[in-house]
Amino acid sequence: MIHHINVSTVLRKTVCDLYSNLVTRPTGVAVRKAIEESLAEGPQPRVTIIDFTQVNLLDFSCADEVVGKLLDAHRREEREPHTYFLIRGVHDGHLEAIEAVLERYDLAVIVEDTQGNIRLVGTLDDDARRAWYVVSRRERVMPEEVARELGEPWGTALRVLDDLSSRRLVVRLDDGYVSLPKAI
Amino acid sequence: MTTVITVPPSLDDQTFEQVLEQLAPLPVDQKVLIDARHTRWASPYGLTALLTLGQTRGTQAALAGPETEETASYWQRTGFYRYAEELFEMHGHVPRPRPASAESNVLLDITPVAKSDDVHEVVERIQAKAQLILVNELNLDPMATMRFAMTLSEVCQNIVEHAQTGGWVAVQTYRYRQRLGRRVVVIAVCDAGIGFRRSLESAQGRKLSDRWDDAMALEDAVIRGVSRFRDPGRGQGLAGVRRYVGRWEGKLSVRSGTARIAIVPSWDDDVPLREHLPPLAGSQVQITIPERVVQK
Repeated sequence: MIHHINVSTVLRKTVCDLYSNLVTRPTGVAVRKAIEESLAEGPQPRVTIIDFTQVNLLDFSCADEVVGKLLDAHRREEREPHTYFLIRGVHDGHLEAIEAVLERYDLAVIVEDTQGNIRLVGTLDDDARRAWYVVSRRERVMPEEVARELGEPWGTALRVLDDLSSRRLVVRLDDGYVSLPKAI
Repeated sequence: MTTVITVPPSLDDQTFEQVLEQLAPLPVDQKVLIDARHTRWASPYGLTALLTLGQTRGTQAALAGPETEETASYWQRTGFYRYAEELFEMHGHVPRPRPASAESNVLLDITPVAKSDDVHEVVERIQAKAQLILVNELNLDPMATMRFAMTLSEVCQNIVEHAQTGGWVAVQTYRYRQRLGRRVVVIAVCDAGIGFRRSLESAQGRKLSDRWDDAMALEDAVIRGVSRFRDPGRGQGLAGVRRYVGRWEGKLSVRSGTARIAIVPSWDDDVPLREHLPPLAGSQVQITIPERVVQK
């Protein structure tokens, strides 16, 4: 199940219907809580799309609340199945604030910019980043394909893929792995 | 008895120290007259810091504004008198209020900041005008405008989150002949709140070193991104401001208590840290972004 959250709509409903900028920490807290309530209602979504398309400005404090704290809380959850997040409608101004908070929390996330390009942002080591690119180019990959492309042993590729899966950056399907945008 | 405090002819972040030096030996409830009659020019910092000073006096201070019509009229257009009349006992001529400023160099007239909604309003108000002036006149990248608004939001939030009292923000552009010979856009955010040292002291379990003072508190907050909150997401605001200022060869200065710290660009010769300054409650922040020289 995919849950689509339009952050601008949440902002207007929870804080003020005149605002188009996601600024100040109290605003971020209100928006995050509204998103968490929305996620708690109904069946647990498999993938949640946080859509910033109509958000003009995102400052560091709001990025910390709406992206950092939200993703950090879900990363800590042990329950299965995992909830995956994709951040959509991101422009360079948003990205600066998002990258800063991801670094603080040692998080990574997949973002889709305003042109529809997919990027992996946040803190991730080189092997994991390279493996993610291999997965993102294919429909579904097995660890041995990733091992071949990276020039690493099978065990190393498997460990890196499992790590990407536990960080909710790829989806494990049986013995293979699928990139999140392709799984949607 | 009233002590006269003379405001220098040109009032900015550096010359404002002369005002504070005159005030330093006086008890806080000593009646003072802030004499700005001969002041000809004031930066956004000078005007917002004057309002802040008015908040700090135990006995209401008196203020005599500039005598020259041009200067007084300009102070009126920035919104200064609207708030000065609430804080000071006004002496001499006070220009009549006029409709909101349409001046191109005032991006944001003096605006009170006390709560989160005020920050929203500041950011909403500045965006259209900032885009026009920063891109077309200061040759900054369009993306710089967005980051400029982010920076403004973060420095205003410092008042809401830490000062425990209201403050003011003002944004203007002007030609900075003295050091640069180029136009600059300047953000000034001043409050008379608890300041950085007391804010950080309020952090639970924080161990203070023997040399703990205003200067060290500023170093912790501005350079090391320390916040009174233990939350890992805190302290990013000023770090973001520092990055923005660095990217656009700007200058950041933060004064609090008896110290002042500055991120100094190559075009300026300010010192990075000043200690043992005359005291002023709260925090006073100035951000200066210079016009970008377009290579032909």
